[in-house]
Amino acid sequence: MHDFILQFCEINKSFFGVKVLKNVSVDIPRGHVVGLIGENGAGKSTLMNILGGVVPFDSGKMLLDGQEYAPQNPAEAARMGIAFIHQELNLFNNLSIAENFFISDFPKLGKTPFIDPNRMRRKAQEFLEQVNLNVSPDTKVEKLSPGERQLVEVAKALSQDARIIIFDEPTTSLTARETDRLFDLIERLKSEGKTIIYISHILRDVLRLADEIVVLRDGEVVKTGKKRAFNIQTMISSMVGRYLGTLYPERTSKPGNEIALEIRHLSKAGIIHDINFSLHKGEILGIFGLMGSGRSELAQIIFGLDTHDSGEIIVNGSPRNHRTPLKSIQQNIAFVTENRREEGLLMTSTVADNMGLVALPRYLMSFAGIIRQSPLVEAIRHTVSSLHIKVSDPFKDQAKGLSGGNQQKVVLGKWLLNSPSILIVDEPTRGVDVGAKYEIYSIINEIAAKGAAVLFISSELEELLGVCDRILVMGFGEILGIFTREEFNRERILQTAFREGGQ
Amino acid sequence: MKPQTNHRWLLFLLRNISIILFTAIFVSFSLFNERFASLRNFENIILSAADVGIIAIGMTFVLLTGGIDLSVGAIMYITGAVVALMLESGWGMVLAISCGILAGTLWGCFNAFLISRVKIIPFMVTLGTLTAGRGIGLLITQSRHISVPNEMRFGATRIFGLVPIPIVVFALMVIVAVVILKYTTFGRQIYAMGNDVEAAKKAGLDTTRLTALVYIISGFCAAVASVISISQVGSVSASFGEGTEFQAIAASVLGGTSLFGGLGNVFPGTVIGILLIQMIQNGLIFMRVDLYLQEMVKALVILFAVFVDAQRVALVKRLERRNIRLEKRPFRAPETKKVEHVIWQ
Repeated sequence: MHDFILQFCEINKSFFGVKVLKNVSVDIPRGHVVGLIGENGAGKSTLMNILGGVVPFDSGKMLLDGQEYAPQNPAEAARMGIAFIHQELNLFNNLSIAENFFISDFPKLGKTPFIDPNRMRRKAQEFLEQVNLNVSPDTKVEKLSPGERQLVEVAKALSQDARIIIFDEPTTSLTARETDRLFDLIERLKSEGKTIIYISHILRDVLRLADEIVVLRDGEVVKTGKKRAFNIQTMISSMVGRYLGTLYPERTSKPGNEIALEIRHLSKAGIIHDINFSLHKGEILGIFGLMGSGRSELAQIIFGLDTHDSGEIIVNGSPRNHRTPLKSIQQNIAFVTENRREEGLLMTSTVADNMGLVALPRYLMSFAGIIRQSPLVEAIRHTVSSLHIKVSDPFKDQAKGLSGGNQQKVVLGKWLLNSPSILIVDEPTRGVDVGAKYEIYSIINEIAAKGAAVLFISSELEELLGVCDRILVMGFGEILGIFTREEFNRERILQTAFREGGQ
Repeated sequence: MKPQTNHRWLLFLLRNISIILFTAIFVSFSLFNERFASLRNFENIILSAADVGIIAIGMTFVLLTGGIDLSVGAIMYITGAVVALMLESGWGMVLAISCGILAGTLWGCFNAFLISRVKIIPFMVTLGTLTAGRGIGLLITQSRHISVPNEMRFGATRIFGLVPIPIVVFALMVIVAVVILKYTTFGRQIYAMGNDVEAAKKAGLDTTRLTALVYIISGFCAAVASVISISQVGSVSASFGEGTEFQAIAASVLGGTSLFGGLGNVFPGTVIGILLIQMIQNGLIFMRVDLYLQEMVKALVILFAVFVDAQRVALVKRLERRNIRLEKRPFRAPETKKVEHVIWQ
């Protein structure tokens, strides 16, 4: 009989009608390190957000020390001794380390309302020593490196008397030495009786740290067990473990020989380094990489949302190095961003207004710049029906009322009206249910069949295997490998991305 | 390494822009006219900066949260109207001043309610209460020009025969503001909230309460400034307090407070800012610059300050950007090394 500090019992959660957690039951033993792994969208973050009080759950229950536990907000979770160290840290950069520790409850001078700076400093120093961070508690957080900030977060968790500490991808921005330091710290916290939940894509780290491993896939727990029951291969296969083929439409066309987009020695300090590839007309080229591998940043540079330091971007045979989004649109490049809600759609505008946005200049009268309504209306109606966008009236309904899949189809439709010759899609199926995914793949397939070149960025390897002609693997801002369709091999690609080829 | 050091220099310059500007302008005016650098003139500058300076203190609280208060000029007018009318109908000075300050602070509470509870954006709320506040003032005074009795004209009176009352009040307000911002939970939480509202909520801060309080403080400061202004001018006219919001915001921003929140301080920041504006005004008079040109010059300086602020914020953001590539990590090690090492060193 184990001593469980935390138990999830049949937790269910849906977002906008999409089930992201299905009857999830997990027991977390006290004083252990539990590794939580799964592909993007498997539900790891949602489960941890529920634990951390960031989002509520729909049904089921959580037991903390045997007591029913349902935090209303992060502050309540913190009071119960749960610290959530997010991938994007939650520190106030403009304040000192000490102030960050005590921001919700400062030590006071006796009974006065005034902060006692000395006592605050002393207490902060104690916790900094516990994490072996040798900086003054008066240092402003903005002056610290990402690794030091991470340690500050851990120290803050300790200062709030945390019993369970959740780490979400803590090493993505750390150097190797900082990572080692963090791991030593995690080991020590464990020996002091803290319970750790460790989420990471870097499976080696999980194997090194965890006592127990929980694998989530599509919102379900597919495998749990002691560390010794796992190796990298079994971890990957249980994370992925789904049959390919039926989920993806058949590729009907072949890529052409003409090059639509060529990238030569493209670099930007600290972001990407020496990127070389060419994209052919009619080709679907996948870019696979983990979060923070530089894939989205590369797409933004190509589209002109960011600058590059050196190298060349050649569009349809002519060098186009000084890029802006407007120029890209004029060169018929389309970009479906990974952030649909904030960057891809005007949520409160109608579906039709959203779709007309990019192609509007095509529907202007040659004089006076007035929009020719009827051809535009016709084109929008046509696109709505050909993409099977489920909307009762595209001219009245707001974009925010649509499901994720339909929203994504609106974004695609917006670009299709401009008949792109190069289409860049970044995580086009994130937060989209399986049925809509299939439709989105079909749309992308058709675009390629018509001769457009497609750059398909995703952190879901399977969809890339299913729809792409070639897959380019990125990591650490570099291209780590290129695989053609004949060479497609899930394990090898993952190993390349995880840099575990040497195993 | 080179661009890094360049940035550091630039950052240093941008961070201390107000003090650098202050010194440069002071020196150049002094070169033009030796009487400019006199103690007497300096006192004069502070004296005429006191009322807007007090407003700028409250404004700094608001700007630190990332908000804005455009209604401060109207609050000045409401307070002024109440004080002047009560004095006119024979009430005692202390009671009149108290009621005036209460009225102004209540107007600030109204802002606070609309912004923090009803959740309308600060710009629209205070633009609305600016218009409505002026309307109330005009209504109760019937837009008359009201002179106040001599006892109310204490603006030139010196405490212990040394320092004029407006400067003393200004200095006291500065001290209280500095202590609140630096040494109370409320003050530090304002900075936290201005840095990242979402993170503040996650850290369990009561952002609604914090937001409400800064607008109440701003209203209170505007009301106190109104009383100081009456004591100096000796009357309340229909244009009383007009345009002060611009000067107050400009003073804060010139003093290094960011319009995006989270950055700035009352001392030396805002105090330098308001003295800078007043010094420019004063210096332009000394230099006999055309009266009509003066407003333009002043506005240009203020726009320059806002420009610098935008640059600074953008630069800080760029410097803080997280790098994906960790150039230090030697992951392209020679092949002779053990593979283990190559990957996880």
